[in-house]
Amino acid sequence: MTISLRSTAQHLVEHALSASTADDCIAIVRDATSANLRWANNTLTTNGVMTGMSVTIVSFASVDGGVATGSVSGSASTAEQVTALVEAADAAARAGSPAEDAGELIADVTSADWADAPATTDIGVYESFASALGDAFGQAQAEDRLLYGFVNHEVSTTYLGSTRGLRLRHVQPTGHYACTGKDTSLTRSAWTGGATRDFSDVDAATMAATVAQRLSWAERRIDLPAGRYDTILPPSAVADLMIDAYWGAGARVAHEGESVYSRRGGGTRIGEKIGAPGVSLFSDPTYAGLECAHFVIAGASDNTESVFDNGLALGRTDWIRDGMLTGLLQTRHSAGMTGQSVTPMVDNLVLEIGDGAGTMEEMIAGTQRGLLLTCLWYIREVDPQTMLLTGLTRDGVYVIEDGEIVGAANNFRWNESPIDLLNRFSGASASVPSFSREWGDDYFSRTATPALRIPDFNMSSVSQGV
Amino acid sequence: MSAPGLDPTFTDLPHRRLGDVALARAQELGATHADFRFERNRFQYLGARDGVLQTASDAEDLGFAVRVVHGGAWGFASGVVLTDEEARRVAETAVSVAKVAAAMTTTPVGLAPEPVYDDVTWVSAYDINPLDVPTREKAALLVDWTERLRTGKAVAHATSFLHQVQENKYYADLAGTRTTQQRVRLQPGFEATGADEQTGTFDSMASIAPPVGRGWEYLTGSHWDWDSELAEVPELLAEKLVAPSVEAGSYDLVVHPSNLWLTIHESIGHATELDRALGYEANYAGTSFATYDKLGVLQYGSPVMNVQGDRRIAHGLATVGYDDEGVETQTWDIVRDGVLVGYQLDRAMGHLKPELAGLDSGQGRSNGCAYADSSGHIPIQRMANVSLLPEPDGPSTEELISRVERGIYVVGDKSWSIDMQRFNFQFTGQRFYTITDGQLDGMLRDVAYQATTTDFWGSMEAVGGPQTWELHGAFNCGKAQPGQVAAVSHGCPTSLFRGVNILNTIDEAGH
Repeated sequence: MTISLRSTAQHLVEHALSASTADDCIAIVRDATSANLRWANNTLTTNGVMTGMSVTIVSFASVDGGVATGSVSGSASTAEQVTALVEAADAAARAGSPAEDAGELIADVTSADWADAPATTDIGVYESFASALGDAFGQAQAEDRLLYGFVNHEVSTTYLGSTRGLRLRHVQPTGHYACTGKDTSLTRSAWTGGATRDFSDVDAATMAATVAQRLSWAERRIDLPAGRYDTILPPSAVADLMIDAYWGAGARVAHEGESVYSRRGGGTRIGEKIGAPGVSLFSDPTYAGLECAHFVIAGASDNTESVFDNGLALGRTDWIRDGMLTGLLQTRHSAGMTGQSVTPMVDNLVLEIGDGAGTMEEMIAGTQRGLLLTCLWYIREVDPQTMLLTGLTRDGVYVIEDGEIVGAANNFRWNESPIDLLNRFSGASASVPSFSREWGDDYFSRTATPALRIPDFNMSSVSQGV
Repeated sequence: MSAPGLDPTFTDLPHRRLGDVALARAQELGATHADFRFERNRFQYLGARDGVLQTASDAEDLGFAVRVVHGGAWGFASGVVLTDEEARRVAETAVSVAKVAAAMTTTPVGLAPEPVYDDVTWVSAYDINPLDVPTREKAALLVDWTERLRTGKAVAHATSFLHQVQENKYYADLAGTRTTQQRVRLQPGFEATGADEQTGTFDSMASIAPPVGRGWEYLTGSHWDWDSELAEVPELLAEKLVAPSVEAGSYDLVVHPSNLWLTIHESIGHATELDRALGYEANYAGTSFATYDKLGVLQYGSPVMNVQGDRRIAHGLATVGYDDEGVETQTWDIVRDGVLVGYQLDRAMGHLKPELAGLDSGQGRSNGCAYADSSGHIPIQRMANVSLLPEPDGPSTEELISRVERGIYVVGDKSWSIDMQRFNFQFTGQRFYTITDGQLDGMLRDVAYQATTTDFWGSMEAVGGPQTWELHGAFNCGKAQPGQVAAVSHGCPTSLFRGVNILNTIDEAGH
C-alpha cells in the first residue's frame, strides 16, 4: 500500500466532495491534538501527546422510495485514504433504504475563517502547571498526604464541507483538571476539579491547597445513618444531574411515551410546569467561557441527531423557562413528528435560578444543620418514567452545624430524580462555571450551574467507600 | 469451514517498517524501554426502530503509538500519518514527554521482565467476519426483529441494534517481541416498550442475549435462540406491565447468569485490579476495598465462591493471545474457597509486587492484563474475563429455586451502580419473578437489590452446576484518564443468595 504525504484538512474536504459520485456528500474533517498528565501516590504515572485526523463522509443517494444515506468514518490524512472512505460511503448510500429523516440539506454557508489552519496544543501547555505540581508532590509527601489526579487539554478543529456549498469551521478547546487527596491511612478523601479552555487559569498550588483544606475538614469523623438530609449540592453535583436531565430530553422518545418528558396519554410535556418558578435551563453556543459549535455536526442519524441537519445554525435554546418545559432535543425530522420547534442539541448547558444569588460559601454560612457534598459518582438511571437516578456521594460529605463545617460523614448511596429536585430545592446560589465529575472528563465539560440546597435529599443507604 | 486468518488489508499496511523506525529512534534517544503499537479497529453500528433502519455508521480507527521509559519516566505519543518521518517524530515526542514527566516522577517506572515472543500471530475464534456481511442483509435482520416484536399487543415501540468490531494490533518492543493479532466481536440486542393503559405506567423488556467474541454465525446459527426470544419478549412485557410492585424488604435471590455477570464485573472484576488496589485510579474509576494487605486473608464470600481471571476462554470478549505489553495471556485464581488469592496485573503492577509471581527472583511477572482501546491511548491494566466457577455436580436452576420459600428470581441486567471502593452496589434487572414455596409465582416490577460486596458474596449459599453456566459480558467497560473502553466477558452459574435487601424503586423516587 502506498501512503502519500499528509494533506491539509481543507484539501481533504475538497477532495472528498469532488471524489464522491453520490447525489450529495458531506465531509467532516476533525483535526485534534491533546496532551495529558496523570499522577497517583505523589508521582506522575502516565502521560501523553496525541494527534489525530478523523474524516467522516456522509453520502446521499436517491433510491426507490426516497433518499438513502451512508456514513463512514476513519482516521485519514491522505487523499487516498479519503477516497476509500468516500467510495465506501457512496456504496453504502446506494445500497441503503430510504432514510426516515430525509429533508432538504443546508446550503451555502461559509465560515470567515474556513481557510485557517487547525489550532493545536502540546505538552507545553503545562509548562507552569508541571513545575508547581512537582512542588505539590513534595509538600504533600512531607505532610503525609497523597495526591492523585489528571489534567487534559485538547484542541480540535472541525471542517465541515458539502456539495451544497457548506464550508464551516469550528475550533474547540477543551480542558479540565482534577485532583484527589487522601491521608496516608486512606481514611479521608477530598477532591477538587474544574474546566478550562487553555490552563492559563489553573494553578497547581491552589489545587493542592484546596485538597489539603478539605482533608482538614474531615479530621473529625461523624457517622450518619441513611435517611433524608438537608443537603447542599455544589455546582459540580448539580452539573452531573442536569446533564442526565439534558441527555434524557430526546423529543422523539418523549413523544412516543418513553421518558419523564412524556405526557400520560400521548405527546410531550412541553408547555407543562416541570420545575419551580424561576428555574431556567438553557444552552447557548456564545455563552462566555462555554463557547461551543454554532452549527450542527452529525456523523450519523439517531433519535436526537440527523445527518440532514448538518450545518444547521445553533443559537440560544431554552429547555426550561421559569419552570416550564419549553424545548426538547429535536432534529428537523422529530420536530415534524411532534409539531414542535427545531431545537437540536448544543454542546453546553446552563442552569440558572431566578432568585439564586450569592456563593455556596454563603449558603453554608446560612445552614443550621445539614450536609455539603463534594461530588456525585456512578450515576445510572433506575426508572425512566420518573428519571430516578442512583449514585454515590464521593470524596467528602461534610457536616454543617450553625453555619460551619464541623467534620465529615460517611458516604451514601442516593436515589433521586433531577426533575424532582428542580421542584424541591429550597435555596440556590448564583450560577458559576462548573465541571461534572461524572461526565466532564469524556463527554460533557461545558456547564454553568448553581449550588442547590435540597431539604430532603434521599440518602438510601450508607457506603463504606472512601 | 477453515478458521479465518489475519486480514490481508491489515497485514499489507506498513506497521513493521514504522515499528522498526520508531523503536530505533527511541533507542537512539536513550529509551531504556520502548514499545510500538500499530492498530486498526473497524466498527459498524446499525440501529433500527419500529421497522425502519435509523442509524448506520461505519468507522475505522487507524494509527500507531510509541511508549518509552526514559530517565525512569513514562513518555507516550501517538500519530495517524503512516510515514517513516512521522514514526520518528512520534518516537521523539514520546521521549520529550518523558523528559517533562521526569521532574514529576518520584518513583521510577519498573516493568516485570517477560519472555520474548518473536513474530507470533493469533486470531480469535469465529467463522464469518460480520463486517464482511452486506449491510443490507444485517439491516434487514434488525428491521425484521422490530417488526416481529411489534406484533405483540403490549408493544408500542421496538428497537434493535448491532455493534460489530474487528480489532487488529501489531506490537513490537526493544526486547524483540513482535505480535500480530486479530479479534472479532459483536453485540446484538433488541427491546420492546409499552404502556399500561389503566395506569399510564410504561416499561420495557430487552433481550438477554450476551455480546460475544464470535462472528455473524452468532445471529444465524444455533448459539442463541433468537426466534424464541423474539416471540417471548412481547409476552414478558405484557406480564411485567401489570405485575404487582415489589414490597421492599429482605428476600432470598436466585440470580441467573444474565444478571449475575454484571454484579461480578463491578464487585469482583474491578475490585481485584491491582492498579486500583494500589491507588492508580483513585482520581477517576476509584480504588478497592480489596487492598493488598488483604491478600490471602480477606473472606470475599462464602466457601462455594471460586473466581478465576481468564484471557484465554474461547469467545470471551477479553480473550486474546498476547496482551498490549507482549505478555502471553493466562488463567489464574482470584478467589479460592471464598478467600482473595489473586489480582489482575500488567507489567508495571507485576514489578511492584514480585511475590505475586511466586518466584524467588524477586522480579515479578504480569498475568497479561495490559490493554489500550486504540493507538491513541496508553495501555493500562484492564480486566480479564473474570468468572465465577460452577459446582462440578451442582444443582440446576430449578433445584436452586426449589430451595427458596420466599424469594425472587432475577433475570437480565438493566441499571447498575457501585461505589468508588466497590463496597455498596445497587442493581436492577429485566425480569423479576416471585418465588413462593420453591415455585415461580408470577412477575414483579420496580425491583432493585442493594448490598455490600462481601455481605452479598458471603450470603451465596449455592452455585449451580455447569449446566447453568453462561458467558455474558459488556462492550462498554470504562476506565482510565483519558477514558478508555474495553469489552469483557464474565461467566457464572445460576446462584442462590440468602437475605438480600430489596428496594422498591417507586418508593425510592418518593412517588
